[in-house]
Amino acid sequence: MSQNADKVLDHFSLFRSQEYVDMFENKKAFENAVPVAELQSAVDWTKTREYRDLNFAREALVVNPAKACQPLGAVFAAVGFEGTLPFVHGSQGCVAYYRSHFSRHFKEPTSCVSSSMTEDAAVFGGLNNMIDGLANAYNLYKPKMIAVSTTCMAEVIGDDLNAFIKTAKEKGSVPAAFDVPFTHTPAFVGSHVTGYDNTMRSILEHFWDGKAGTEPPLVREPRDSINLIGGFDGYAVGNMREVKRLFSLMGVNYTMLGDNSDVWDTPTDGHFRMYDGGTKLEDAAAAVHAKATISMQEFCTLKTLAYAAKKGHEVAAFNHPIGVAATDRFLMEVARLSGRPIPEEITRERGRLVDAIADSSAHIHGKKFALYGDPDLTLGLTGFLLELGAEPVHILASNGTPDWEARVHALLDASPFGKGCHVYPGRDLWHMRSLLFTEPVDFLIGNTYGKFLERDTRTPLIRIGFPIFDRHHHHRYPLWGYQGAMNTLVKILDKVFDVTDADTMIPGKTDYSFDIIR
Amino acid sequence: MDLTLDEAKARNAEVITEALSVYPDKTAKKRAKHLNVYEGDKPDCGVKSNIKSVPGVMTIRGCAYAGSKGVVWGPIKDMIHISHGPVGCGQYSWAARRNYYIGVTGVDTFVTMQFTSDFQEKDIVFGGDKKLDKIVDEIQALFPLNHGITIQSECPIGLIGDDIEAVAKKKSKEYDGKTIVPVRCEGFRGVSQSLGHHIANDAVRDWVFERPGDRPVSFESTAYDVAIIGDYNIGGDAWSSRILLEEMGLRVIAQWSGDGSLAELENTPKAKLNILHCYRSMNYISRYMEEKFGIPWVEYNFFGPSKVAESLRAIASHFDDHIKEGAERVIAKYQPLMDAVIAKYKPRLQGKKVMLYVGGLRPRHVIGAYEDLGMEVIGTGYEFGHNDDYQRTTHYVKDGTLIYDDVTGYEFEKFVDRLQPDLVGSGIKEKYVFQKMGVPFRQMHSWDYSGPYHGYDGFAIFARDMDMAINNPVWGLAKAPWNAEQ
Repeated sequence: MSQNADKVLDHFSLFRSQEYVDMFENKKAFENAVPVAELQSAVDWTKTREYRDLNFAREALVVNPAKACQPLGAVFAAVGFEGTLPFVHGSQGCVAYYRSHFSRHFKEPTSCVSSSMTEDAAVFGGLNNMIDGLANAYNLYKPKMIAVSTTCMAEVIGDDLNAFIKTAKEKGSVPAAFDVPFTHTPAFVGSHVTGYDNTMRSILEHFWDGKAGTEPPLVREPRDSINLIGGFDGYAVGNMREVKRLFSLMGVNYTMLGDNSDVWDTPTDGHFRMYDGGTKLEDAAAAVHAKATISMQEFCTLKTLAYAAKKGHEVAAFNHPIGVAATDRFLMEVARLSGRPIPEEITRERGRLVDAIADSSAHIHGKKFALYGDPDLTLGLTGFLLELGAEPVHILASNGTPDWEARVHALLDASPFGKGCHVYPGRDLWHMRSLLFTEPVDFLIGNTYGKFLERDTRTPLIRIGFPIFDRHHHHRYPLWGYQGAMNTLVKILDKVFDVTDADTMIPGKTDYSFDIIR
Repeated sequence: MDLTLDEAKARNAEVITEALSVYPDKTAKKRAKHLNVYEGDKPDCGVKSNIKSVPGVMTIRGCAYAGSKGVVWGPIKDMIHISHGPVGCGQYSWAARRNYYIGVTGVDTFVTMQFTSDFQEKDIVFGGDKKLDKIVDEIQALFPLNHGITIQSECPIGLIGDDIEAVAKKKSKEYDGKTIVPVRCEGFRGVSQSLGHHIANDAVRDWVFERPGDRPVSFESTAYDVAIIGDYNIGGDAWSSRILLEEMGLRVIAQWSGDGSLAELENTPKAKLNILHCYRSMNYISRYMEEKFGIPWVEYNFFGPSKVAESLRAIASHFDDHIKEGAERVIAKYQPLMDAVIAKYKPRLQGKKVMLYVGGLRPRHVIGAYEDLGMEVIGTGYEFGHNDDYQRTTHYVKDGTLIYDDVTGYEFEKFVDRLQPDLVGSGIKEKYVFQKMGVPFRQMHSWDYSGPYHGYDGFAIFARDMDMAINNPVWGLAKAPWNAEQ
């Protein structure tokens, strides 16, 4: 018996005791287990160039992709508005998945309802589910707005959201003037970033263009304010707050569109807040009068920005800006659009970041990195790595488009550190596994799923991305702004130093390099 | 302040009325049937169950795909489970359920991987059968040591008229009778995960038991062969169970499905007894094996020393004295450990009140473990239970317990707010709601990333975890001292 009441053994130590090790060995007799030699030769084969070629020849199978489906992005965008309940029309299991996914990342509740369509709705359509669902959600959860999106089930059977919501309102599910923006978010088109874009655009369209034909469209009276859209971002809590801090320092008149920094960071004080913070609905409507709309993530907002431009806004798009130059460009654009100069305080923050890079870049310079994630995040990180003198050898986005690929190439081409680096749009983490075996790098940057690559290829993982399930609270710290770049730099450096220490700590063998000062 | 039984019953009835008062009439009528205060002398819990969730209420339930891929099939380690349809379903369920297993992932085992056909618009328009055909070829090329493939249907498959059965048969023939299992677990089927379990059970029957497969296994049967059915090895649960069965002299020839393999599914008709933990998700195949192969099955409960001992004896009663003595030996061996665990934790947990809301078997099965620690379960309910679950629940719950079937987010929050338990045990979607309210919480699906909780080794961890949740100093810090009047 290995278990002990004084020092209770957890799964990670309990099952290493001999009685369990023996049990596992004996169990193999019933498993038809692959003989050890055959298994080992297969393991070795998966590391080869031959396997990589076979792997890259895949046309249909996707293995361990780094992307999710549209409605996840829809929920992300919707909870950024004041008192807004996301309502996903279709099968109910999807909503259980989105809520779990966000809660595992943010360690926060995520409220969202489903219209719970089943077989009968598949045959007759989900109109009754919409009518009952809106009425129930409205009465139970007292939202200020219900933002409707769809699962692939509702899309395949072709439910008409506009007509359904109109009918539901006629039947009294919600008051006629109650805000119910809607958008179609088929899971078989694009990815979660597409769903974010569709939902953000639908909410703005709802307020700016006459609430689905029930009111006259707003007439734009240009003002000097600026709209900012964050995009789908695992660091929304930290990043949104950082942008607001910078804008306050600059004195910019702004509206954050889709601000989920409060709803995903509520206090534990004895009280559950289903809704918290978010863009006020009247501010979302008034945002039509803004001078300009800025997106921090271009590929999350392609349609939204086109729509804002059509309304007469100046638009500016960034790609998850991280680092000195990217932050410079962002702030200079904000300064230009707002007419507000960048204050000395921010200039000093910039100087401190440059100082930190100068202090530390010797430990990053020339190191090879592989990275994957959403299109904008990978662009932002690539820019920063090049700035640090690192070589981003493999850059992969499962939801990357040819446009994205061209954009990454442009970054690489502009830097001497970009030579010999490669870009992989539409590939997955099983492709990345082959890349890491056949063209090894020093570090891997990615989300939690990257730990499987770390285990297999022994490439140290620096966790930056979404989702991060197995490390806590990093979403509270920004990656944007000079302060955010500082956080990113420290994240990278900590791993570099940990790896160097771990590599030099064998007493009498390698520990001459186990330096106290680095 | 402790209420009398009558006061507690009155309070619970009142809480139900209050919760229902907020719903539109039609919904209130429907929900009323799922909520009740248990009357101690009744043969069931007095609630309706396994009925469609009401739209828009924030049900905690999932779907048939989650029941099949996520629960039943997903843990079979040497098979590749294709999430067939758009990317999301497989992504959100990827490696999230902690079905532990031994194997080299990506080479001979595949549980914590996400294989998807990543449907695009053209697949919806033109159908996905050709893509599926090619996917099987690509799996064979890249993962040649896989022992079989399952096709886990997502919503669109059934709606666009794909014939995955035809593809499965064709590809099986091309690969020398390889086991390829089409599963019709589209998420819109049924009312919850539950139908997915049933469909998955039926798929084992039709595509594993009734077809030969390409790698028959043979072994010498013994009189003591049993199969563990309905243990998903979350945090190692099936392992801390298996070790006890083997210690008492039984031979475990299969685990369904945690750390299980295709060969083990195929072995099972040779078992002398099927021992069933999660009745809800695997009673179907157990009944089938009883009818078809004459294998008896027995339900057991490995949570907490009282139920473990009771179950070991119940299992042993199907065998000879050798096994019966073995059971007594095992119970005696672990008694000092159990005494030490209870001596350590019971004083810290005595009298604490618990509310549960989980799936499968746990809304009843874990009650004994809490009681072993001197705790009391004052409310419980099932995400996707059926009437037979609520009947079985009466053996566990006390008179006056609040029962809630397919609880809504609103109801659960309201119930906890009014009943003020010392601990809530439910899922990830509920965890942070209650912690914000200052109520200690443990996830009772994933064991909050701890476990195992089964067996004697698991009970020590269970007791430690409940103590660390309830007696966490953080709960004394929730109120700011300058807001002390609240």
